Amino acid sequence: MQRRSFLHSSAALGLLGLGACATTSIPAKARVVVVGGGYGGATAAKYVRMLSDYKIDVVLVEPNEAFVSCPISNLVIGGSRQLADITTPYSALRSKHGVTVVRDIAKTIDTAKKTVTLGGGSTIAYDKLIVSPGIDLMMGSIEGLAAAQASGQVLQAWKAGPETVALRRQLEAMPDGGVYAITIPEAPYRCPPGPYERACQVAWYFKTHKPRSKVLILDANQDVTSKGPLFKKVWAEQYKGIIEYRGQHKATAVDAKAGVIKFEVQDDVKAQVLNVLPNMRAGAIAVQTGLNNLGSNRWCGVNYQTFESTAAKDVHVLGDSIQIAPGMPKSGHMANSHGKVAAAAIVAELSGWAVNPAPMLTNTCYSFVDNKNVIHVASVHEYVAAEKTFKTVAGSGGVSTAPTELEGVYAMNWAQNIWADSLG
Amino acid sequence: MKQPIQAQPRRCAAAGRLVAGLLLATASLAHAQAPAAQSGGADALYLRSLAATCANCHGTEGRAVDGSAVATIAGLPRDYLSTQLKAFKNGTRQATVMHQLAKGYSDAQIEQLAAYFSALKK
Repeated sequence: MQRRSFLHSSAALGLLGLGACATTSIPAKARVVVVGGGYGGATAAKYVRMLSDYKIDVVLVEPNEAFVSCPISNLVIGGSRQLADITTPYSALRSKHGVTVVRDIAKTIDTAKKTVTLGGGSTIAYDKLIVSPGIDLMMGSIEGLAAAQASGQVLQAWKAGPETVALRRQLEAMPDGGVYAITIPEAPYRCPPGPYERACQVAWYFKTHKPRSKVLILDANQDVTSKGPLFKKVWAEQYKGIIEYRGQHKATAVDAKAGVIKFEVQDDVKAQVLNVLPNMRAGAIAVQTGLNNLGSNRWCGVNYQTFESTAAKDVHVLGDSIQIAPGMPKSGHMANSHGKVAAAAIVAELSGWAVNPAPMLTNTCYSFVDNKNVIHVASVHEYVAAEKTFKTVAGSGGVSTAPTELEGVYAMNWAQNIWADSLG
Repeated sequence: MKQPIQAQPRRCAAAGRLVAGLLLATASLAHAQAPAAQSGGADALYLRSLAATCANCHGTEGRAVDGSAVATIAGLPRDYLSTQLKAFKNGTRQATVMHQLAKGYSDAQIEQLAAYFSALKK
């Protein structure tokens, strides 16, 4: 019986190999090419297909075999979830939506010829290109960090995947009584509440397994950048004596061997597990293509009505790589929202229609303060044509009153639904 | 598995749509090789875009994953959806997050969303 099932599935795989699902046959031309299969890119790929009633061909270029979510990844570091729990395959984009998913990197983009050349050497021509490469970590902004990272001693785990697990292993290996230190760069950076949630997750692990250990938050910003009063209350009550927060601590150098972080003004800090987050900027392919035209050349300017780059025609940039509008966080939920606005704009343009004059975005960021209790920040954003930007709708949005288990349930359901909305 | 649908010339059966068809054909010429995109035109696309702002939490086309505590909103009665969204908006229905999000939509948008999701299958 098992053998027969195996043969059947092999036959099915063989058939799929001949169809649109093949990753080995790379079309020389596609109407829309998407670079990067995260929250922004995967959503855009799916919604271009859906909103065009499956009439526009889409090729998604993504080097990873499966999508690993940054939201919820702090729970893997805390130990209450596994990497498999936050991993979603790209198979449904192929089978349900007819997206051609190519497992490769985009090596170069020629915005004049409108082509993308892949690491494997193939070149794909596009009518519209979507660039959604996430962030690059600017290792050079902190002395000694590049080498410490390469040796595996000082991790970031700011892109979910193997490093998430590696950081968890460092915490497991740390003797009780040790110190975990996380440094936070000046805003803007990916996921404003993320570092504070991570501090909670590590503190929850210490409280339940290594009660003499400490968490140090060393923040280059003046104060907590997201959900400040809520996080501070949790730290003062639930993690009293475990978490210590220090604002205005801008890391300048790291000595992995000595376990020391140096700061612009303040005294050095010694810790057993160093989680040093440097400045961030738009993903490498966006920078290489010259799309990083704003924010000291760290971020990509876009026309917010369409997310078309202000540096290159027919190129749309999504997610963490863009120069944000007021009140717009660099979040997975926001990238998913960008993807839908860009997809609709592309479908309209390729159909010869006017682009939606009033696109909307939503954002909901949930943070787990332990393995069950959650706080959120939410907002709704409308495009204001007169000012050519998105603004939060007056009176909308807000934060939790306190951490609750009910929000913990909603947070996990949010994750499952947005994974399905982006990739399912 | 669903095969990708190839671009096809749009067929206008009703005589009343002939003009629209011609306009579309003109538009297609202006945009070389543009496919005739989805039926319903630009306004339908804008409405689908608006409705897609709900999908991040409630699932694509309002269908949440199995067992989700966040409700499936596809196929719910139009009056119910409109009444509940307005109740979230004016604070008469308590919530963790929905009362904050509902305030981001105008009453007209709420009516559009209620009509859209009620017309979908569960």
